[in-house]
Amino acid sequence: MADALLAIRGLSKRFGGLLASDRIDLDVARGETHAIIGPNGAGKTTLISQLAGDLRPDAGSIRFADQDVTRLDAPHRARRGLARSFQVTSIFRDFSALDNVALAVQAHTGQSFRFWRAARAEPALREPARAALEAVGLGGRAHVRAANLAHGEQRQLEIAMALATEPRLLLLDEPVAGMGLEESQRMVRFLATLKRRITIVLVEHDMDAVFTLADRISVMVYGRIIATGTPPEVRGNEDVRRAYLGEDQA
Amino acid sequence: MTISRRTIALAAGGVLLALVPPVAALTNQPFYVDLFRRVMIFALAAVSLDLILGYGGMVSFGHAAYLGIGAYAVGIPAFYGVDNGWLQWGLAIAASALAATVIGAISLRTSGVSFIMITLAFAQMLYYLGISLETYGGDNGMRLSGRSRFGGPLDLREPAIFYYVVLAILVLFLALGNRLVASRFGMVIRAAKSNEPRARAIGFSLFRYKLTAFVIAGGAGGLAGALLANQTEYLTPDFMHWTRSGEIMFMVILGGMGTLFGPVIGAVVLLLLEDVLSALTAHWQIILGPILILVVLFAKRGLFGLLVGAEPRDG
Repeated sequence: MADALLAIRGLSKRFGGLLASDRIDLDVARGETHAIIGPNGAGKTTLISQLAGDLRPDAGSIRFADQDVTRLDAPHRARRGLARSFQVTSIFRDFSALDNVALAVQAHTGQSFRFWRAARAEPALREPARAALEAVGLGGRAHVRAANLAHGEQRQLEIAMALATEPRLLLLDEPVAGMGLEESQRMVRFLATLKRRITIVLVEHDMDAVFTLADRISVMVYGRIIATGTPPEVRGNEDVRRAYLGEDQA
Repeated sequence: MTISRRTIALAAGGVLLALVPPVAALTNQPFYVDLFRRVMIFALAAVSLDLILGYGGMVSFGHAAYLGIGAYAVGIPAFYGVDNGWLQWGLAIAASALAATVIGAISLRTSGVSFIMITLAFAQMLYYLGISLETYGGDNGMRLSGRSRFGGPLDLREPAIFYYVVLAILVLFLALGNRLVASRFGMVIRAAKSNEPRARAIGFSLFRYKLTAFVIAGGAGGLAGALLANQTEYLTPDFMHWTRSGEIMFMVILGGMGTLFGPVIGAVVLLLLEDVLSALTAHWQIILGPILILVVLFAKRGLFGLLVGAEPRDG
């Protein structure tokens, strides 16, 4: 694909006898929301971790924004615009919600070898952070210690942190996992507002969320991508029905 | 603006420390000048350890190495007749910062128990290096021919002047440290302690920030070592023994990790208890041990936490 923001070629990762990524080829177009679905243990999180730079692939390449990033570590990829959320909520628990996002702003705006001025008094860090909190609906919770936020709020906080780094690509690992119905609907509505503006790779088990948000869906089984297509195409794909969706959902 | 308990406690602590020499002179107990100077020197070492341990989450079990390097940086020039204090103390800071760069560059590639063991191993290596330096007294160490000389009124042979020099250095380092932990740099190392994968995922390449903090702490530890050599007018490889590293770490934990000022209280309490209890019984550590255990179990932010309560969050 000519206009791919993310191009994955022959990506392979083996854990002992388990082939968690088996020669994965995948293109994600600029502005696209691309969902990756598959049964537990299909290798979705392993794939996300390799895209984020937390895991080194055994073989294959990852090109991001027309540059080979296969050998870059996670912080370098983040600074190039590749942001992620974690499957298990990962935040700075002892810091306030605003601190959490301000740290993300700081990471994105570069210079951190500054030893004198109080970071919490810098409008250049606090104001974009406040705006990102407002955007995800946490504006009123800025000064709450992150550990004391409700589970759904913590997931929103993670998204706010990712957004504060002004990403070009957002890797979301099960963003609505563990949320109540209402919370998850709110999150899906919010993610829908990001569509087009930000390219999104979404791993999710909640099929309502996937079919609402995704422009295209890739189906992973046993480390391989067995089908890629629009939601109706995937829904109609025989292999997918057999391998994954099952009778109760198809 | 209300004055917080923290501000009051800090001001009171500063005044109390400043009053030690006149009170000691009035009561004719010059011994206390000596004791509290020693306390403040260890407090400097403990505060510098708190920067990396309490704020950066780097459990360095070899902080006494820098005490030793700083002490030898005073002792070795003095052995050859060089007693200029600026040179000796400058060398102490530079040499221990350099050592911290090498030790940090290697040990910061690990974490958890490996990090503890590697920092411990480096300190023990330096300890045995000290023992092997026969020219400088080997395991007996050597007597310092005289205290560092700065010229003018800064005569360290005068106990009260030396005392106020140490107090000024401690206060200055606390003030700098207080800025540092609230700065952008400070936020990065605290974020690294709080959640390293998350800090990396938002784009912080943590190694260089941690190494910088490690070097700052090492340099300050070296300065404490230079002060300690002047305090005892004697130096031995024992300055670097791992039990000494443990003692400094105890001061940090007792006073309160990640409180910056707490380790000063930790140093005061640990060394005073040592002094008082050892006068009562030779087995004073049997009493000290349970006290430490109680503090660790029941005071989350150490003695400083008990004193000022939970830190108000301004974030």
